[in-house]
Amino acid sequence: MNGSRTKCCVRGGAVSWLACGAAVLAGLAMWPAVNRPVLADTEATAGTQPDYASPLELAISPDGARLYVLCQQSDEVRVLDARTYAVLGRVSVGRVPRGMALSRAGDRLFVTNSWDDTVSAIDTRALTVVATWHVAAEPSGVVEDFAGERIFVANRISSDVAVLDAKTGEEQQRLMAGRGASYLTLSADGKRAYATHVYPNPPEVATSAANRTAPESEITVIDAQDAKVVERVPLHSIAGVFHLAISADGRLGAVAEFHPKNLVPLAHLEHGGAFAYTLTVFGADVGKPVEVPLDELERYASQPFGVVIAPDKSRIYVTIAGSECVLAIDAPRLLRFVHDRPRPASGSYARDLSASANYVVARIPVGHNPRGLALSSDGRRLFVANRLDDTISVIDTRSLRVSTTIALAGPATMSILRRGEQAFYTARYSFQGQIGCSSCHIDSTFDGIQWNLEPNGFGIDIVDNKVLEDIKDNAPYKWNGANPNIPTECGPRTEKYFWRSENYDDRTLTDLVMYVRSLPARPNRWRQPSGDFTPAQERGQAIFERAVDKFGKPIPIGNRCSYCHSGPKGTSQKLFDVGTRKLTDSSGIFKAPQLTNIALTAPYLHDGSAATLEEIWTVFNPDDKHGRTNDLTKDELNDLIEYLRTR
Amino acid sequence: MMRRVIRDWIVVTLIFAGTAAGSFAQERKLGGIRAPSAAPPVPRFRFENFTTANGLPSDHVFSVLVDRDRVWAGTENGLAVYENRAWKIYTTKEGLAHRAVLSLALDKRTGDVWAGTMGGLSRVSAGRIESYTQLNSGLSNNVVYGVSVEGENVWVATASGACRLNLHTGQWSLYNERNTPMREIWVYGVSATATKVYFAVWGSGLLEYDQKTARWDIYDDPDNETELVLFKDQGLIHDIVSSVSYVDSIVWASTYFGNSRYDGRYWHNFLTKDSGLPSNFTNVVKGVDANHAWFCTDKGLAYYDGANWAVYRPSLTTGKPEMLVRDAEGRTSKVPVSTAPAHNYILNIDFQGSDIWVATAKGLSHGILEQHFVATK
Repeated sequence: MNGSRTKCCVRGGAVSWLACGAAVLAGLAMWPAVNRPVLADTEATAGTQPDYASPLELAISPDGARLYVLCQQSDEVRVLDARTYAVLGRVSVGRVPRGMALSRAGDRLFVTNSWDDTVSAIDTRALTVVATWHVAAEPSGVVEDFAGERIFVANRISSDVAVLDAKTGEEQQRLMAGRGASYLTLSADGKRAYATHVYPNPPEVATSAANRTAPESEITVIDAQDAKVVERVPLHSIAGVFHLAISADGRLGAVAEFHPKNLVPLAHLEHGGAFAYTLTVFGADVGKPVEVPLDELERYASQPFGVVIAPDKSRIYVTIAGSECVLAIDAPRLLRFVHDRPRPASGSYARDLSASANYVVARIPVGHNPRGLALSSDGRRLFVANRLDDTISVIDTRSLRVSTTIALAGPATMSILRRGEQAFYTARYSFQGQIGCSSCHIDSTFDGIQWNLEPNGFGIDIVDNKVLEDIKDNAPYKWNGANPNIPTECGPRTEKYFWRSENYDDRTLTDLVMYVRSLPARPNRWRQPSGDFTPAQERGQAIFERAVDKFGKPIPIGNRCSYCHSGPKGTSQKLFDVGTRKLTDSSGIFKAPQLTNIALTAPYLHDGSAATLEEIWTVFNPDDKHGRTNDLTKDELNDLIEYLRTR
Repeated sequence: MMRRVIRDWIVVTLIFAGTAAGSFAQERKLGGIRAPSAAPPVPRFRFENFTTANGLPSDHVFSVLVDRDRVWAGTENGLAVYENRAWKIYTTKEGLAHRAVLSLALDKRTGDVWAGTMGGLSRVSAGRIESYTQLNSGLSNNVVYGVSVEGENVWVATASGACRLNLHTGQWSLYNERNTPMREIWVYGVSATATKVYFAVWGSGLLEYDQKTARWDIYDDPDNETELVLFKDQGLIHDIVSSVSYVDSIVWASTYFGNSRYDGRYWHNFLTKDSGLPSNFTNVVKGVDANHAWFCTDKGLAYYDGANWAVYRPSLTTGKPEMLVRDAEGRTSKVPVSTAPAHNYILNIDFQGSDIWVATAKGLSHGILEQHFVATK
């Protein structure tokens, strides 16, 4: 229990609050277009981030009376009256909450705190945190089984689903899930839990071209009673799998996902060469799982995230985070399409941009970066969390229009960082709205994919996507160090090679750069709370910093780990040839990458050819050009890696 | 699981005690064959054998593992799982580290199966395979002779020392001649529990790791003779240890020159000359509990119930199915049987309720418990 962290704030003055809320709602109703960002004022500031709410996920109480709003940036759950939208209370949780789920009875609300590696259990009557349980690294999705005996938690960094005792929070086991396990859904009968993941799984078969294969993902199906994985539904060519919904009768499932086209040059956006954004539908109504596109001709559905299926299975609703809209899909028409059309051998219609016209019936503009969805039990009101607007759109599902926009109390001004974050997450600047920064930097991190970014030919200069953490003041940028600063990286380079459409204006580019510069490093999970190193980490540090090899021979300064990977970020910011050039590389000289949270970002080397940290030295360092390592025993190499994980 | 196995065997033993008495009474009525009091209550099986003819990817079966209704077989040409009367095969195409699967272990909490192969360690989880090799991970060597799962740790016996993978941290810890009393680093087997972990080391005896104190101890052959047994029951029977099984605080260890049982204070050794073992050359011993164990030898499969022995095999001379029984007084008898394990060379065994599954050099055998027991001259 962590009562000291608990904050319950029921705001008084209901009448004045209602009046105030009505005024706000009236104002919002007069917006010309809800998907336009709020105009920034001249008081925008850089360097500090006001306490925005950033609503990410939504949940409705079983009785339909309450709307729970998970506010990621203010580290709290806000509780609204689901009819009047008045604020009933606020409950503080841990740092950077990411997932939320109600118990079946609605008496407890579970919230994952992704930066604290904890789960907060909230008593929904008292609106207090009654327990805080430690879980594995970067907990994200959460569900409780119907019996109230187990809680399942998807952990993004440890790529597993932890099974906790629902009463004590004690971990019973961890089930292997997909890489970057993040979202969980319980079937309507409570018998199955479905887990999805945001990074592609490592290739099952190690080959020399593993970094040039289409990504593979999965839906991990867990028997909720047995707490074991019973099936893995393969998602071919998919990387970035988000929310999943199961129909009330259990016969139809749908999952939102990215279909990257990383084997062709990304710069060929005009040929549709970046992403398809799709749903995979599955279940008894479908038969063999089928991938259907959400994109339209000339208008993509960039970065689908949340999915719900109407209780009567008439519609499927999907938030499109980068396109600032919600798609309404006619489920019977979708099923007819799936059954009537000749099915490709791949099971995917992703390439068919005419397909969505058969089942997408509305594209409803909402606020910035729409994420979580919740549907009222009668299916008439659809709530949408607009993360970067601090609003919730209420969609009337009969008219398929936004009927109300709920403004969450928060800063009235837009900060530079907030505007930059909006620019980061939107796809509006790219050709046909195909991609935004966050298409590849999922949640401002990375995607685990190797891309062909250069326009100089297929398969030339393959690069591994780097994580965006603590990258400020770390010039030059790009693997080949060609970009002298972040404005160049985000501006001309991105506009010319990626967006192929609209340039940023100066202010937007500044905002974006400020946002990217502000991205912090996530907490390192391999460091001990005391700050001390384990014996293995200590031994590894000595190897990292050594100047003499095991035979007593001095190691040339340029061949020591600590030379190229110097400084607090583990980079000298200089370029080196460490013997990793491949036949497909134009040059063998690359910038020493920073080591911040290096353990999270497999694969490694500039082209992602090293599947693990070990392979950097066991496979790709035959001549000791990438540091003197071939004198090390296996134990010592393991120690070195244990140390690197603490960086 | 182990409790279930123990319970099943207690039940089996009681059943046999009962049915044996009944059978002997019936035999007497029918004219009788042999004094019933001499007949030990050991189980008799009907064996059904699986080979490439009915679905196995290879007849050379190194390891077998039972997980409820599933039976996993590690063969020279892939990992096979038998479920709903059909075999499914996993090979390197599905991500298996190597086609030759030497050892298997079940993570009872998750249902994941860990397969030690000649090319690394593979984790099979609901059809998905992740493989760890000496190049892509901290695994000490690709030849994985043994594997055992305990809590969040996977303990691995390799041709170059032992190691432990912590599934929560991803850390590999290596154990070899540099940080343990291990004189040789050819580790053939491992048996891990929350309190103790035992390693069978070829040429270096038995190693014990205390989980609480992180201390190592070594048990080796006190007479230090490779061909002779000078100090019987004074310690481990031989330094060339091929497997170890730690159950109910009892260590069962097999060597190529006999077997040993150690209760923490006393040793008891088993040799062909003074037990029912068909051969001293033993590939694997698997303890059921403190008093019951199975021995996989090059001359058949042996069962020991603390007093009596039974051997199951094709006859070494005729090849016909054979079951030999040796009671506590050393009296031997033959039990008429019509089936036997697929081959004399036994490599592994696991239990499915009262049934057994046996890995042999020429197929996998399913021993289905029969309720009747008849002893003959």
